[in-house]
Amino acid sequence: MNIENKIATRQSYGEALAELGEKNENVIVLDADLSSATKTNIFANKFPNRFINVGIAEQNMMGIAAGLSTYGKIPYVSTFAVFAAGRAYDQIRTSICYPNLNVKICATHAGVTVGEDGATHQMLEDLSLMRTLPNMTVISPSDDTQTKWVIEEISKIKAPVYVRLARLATPVIYDANQKFEIGKGIQHGNGTEATIFATGVTVSEALKAQEELQKQNINVRVVDIFSIKPIDKEIIIKCAKETKKIITVEDHSIIGGLGSAVCEVLSEEYPIKVERMGIKDTFGKSGKADELLKYFKIDSNAIVEKVLQ
Amino acid sequence: MILIMKITKIEALENIANEIRISIIEEVYNAQSGHPGGSLSCSDILTVLYFNQMNIDPKKPDAKERDRFVLSKGHCSPALYATLAEKGYFSKDLLKDFRKLESNLQGHPDINKVPGVDMTTGSLGQGLSAAVGMAMASKMESAGCRVYCLVGDGEIEEGQIWEAAMSASKNKLDNLCVILDHNGLQIDGKVEDVGGLTDIKEKFESFGFNVIEVDGHNIENLIYAFNSAKQKKGVPSVIIANTIKGKGVSFMENEASWHGKAPNEEQYKQAISELKLKHFSN
Repeated sequence: MNIENKIATRQSYGEALAELGEKNENVIVLDADLSSATKTNIFANKFPNRFINVGIAEQNMMGIAAGLSTYGKIPYVSTFAVFAAGRAYDQIRTSICYPNLNVKICATHAGVTVGEDGATHQMLEDLSLMRTLPNMTVISPSDDTQTKWVIEEISKIKAPVYVRLARLATPVIYDANQKFEIGKGIQHGNGTEATIFATGVTVSEALKAQEELQKQNINVRVVDIFSIKPIDKEIIIKCAKETKKIITVEDHSIIGGLGSAVCEVLSEEYPIKVERMGIKDTFGKSGKADELLKYFKIDSNAIVEKVLQ
Repeated sequence: MILIMKITKIEALENIANEIRISIIEEVYNAQSGHPGGSLSCSDILTVLYFNQMNIDPKKPDAKERDRFVLSKGHCSPALYATLAEKGYFSKDLLKDFRKLESNLQGHPDINKVPGVDMTTGSLGQGLSAAVGMAMASKMESAGCRVYCLVGDGEIEEGQIWEAAMSASKNKLDNLCVILDHNGLQIDGKVEDVGGLTDIKEKFESFGFNVIEVDGHNIENLIYAFNSAKQKKGVPSVIIANTIKGKGVSFMENEASWHGKAPNEEQYKQAISELKLKHFSN
């Protein structure tokens, strides 16, 4: 991980989408008046005839995408996570997931790392909402390389997919040779003192914590759970068996997201204590992204402290 | 293009509509559940669409070049299933299992379970957006398909309908024809009392639609309306079909209470005998 080389996953998404547009002419992109923020404007400039701006009407956007997909199109739908998974929940549920339609919902601005916009725009419940929907695949990428792989890979899945993207620029973790697979976590290190399961923007925080702990001769492992559903049960059980402490960390409510998903696996397969770090049943607030990571105790320092407790 | 057999004789179409109404009553009676009122009000509209207007072939329900139909008021599934069975998409025998555990004929239409169903619907207000997406895709591919979407007058209280209407107009979807089943009633009473909906014609006009008003039970007028919508270029059309909820069964007509209720045995017998009397002899 190169801590200096930072890029927001929304930016990676925009670039990957423009590239995918060249390879697959069935890809259609929809946005709800946020294309400069979600970065779908890169695609829009390149393929204006395959870009649909529906205006500020997210529910309608989901329905239009559903209709397009019945014709064999592959719609990638973007807006902020709160307006996708939140405002248009029933449209995603009934018009996309129930009929199992091939719609990709790529939602940016997830989590408190949205920053200054505050609680109304900080989606902390989307993993929870999307994970519960039958037929839905839920992906929460952690860096630029992974996001770009994900955006192309999901075009091959003929079913709904939700991708959770961030506004905050975070370090590039993976090099171009890294192999990814939907449903498989990625283990960093073999430490046995603790396992830190992380997803999205918190993966780089966990890796920073791992480095910091190593200086104190405490070896932990970090597992990037970018595939929230399907989730990698094997790696979760294996790590629970091999390490002394299990911690989950996410820029999302501790209810229903990564922490809950890990607990579901372990409570059935290998009951053990799990410590969930995340937003503790509260709304977000305004501030700078790094201040908020610290405030809500999901930054690298908070992770170090949790391991040392 | 798909080969279709168009029925043009008015009496023949009226008989088909009557057969559909009989099937609706059978379905709802057998299930002891379902929505007869709005199903009976849209039977003539569905008859004209499936037997006179749409470019479809029941033997090729997935043909890409077919016209599409979205029943946005999905609770009127008994009417859609009866129409599809009458058209030959599946056996009429299956209608008796409507809403039952092992049946594909779910309470609300399912695109993956029933041949001929072009979109899953049921949560009101969502079907029109899907129809807009279909009409857009058809335009992108120059496929020449027409997309029909039936909405209820209670349903258009949903804001998403107007979001979709705006998109249809912005994108000049002249291949989209919305049909409003304007029977004036919803579960809790009159549409103008419950949701406060008035000036429907003016509302659609201000959203850029070509608006055609018609007696929704007059087959000849419906055919004329659909043909006229087809001629209109550059804007989407809406046919405001003035209908009677429960049409064809005396005690169900204009009664909001028959929105979502099954008849008992006596009511069932009466309904069937009334409908059978209406048959024209060919």
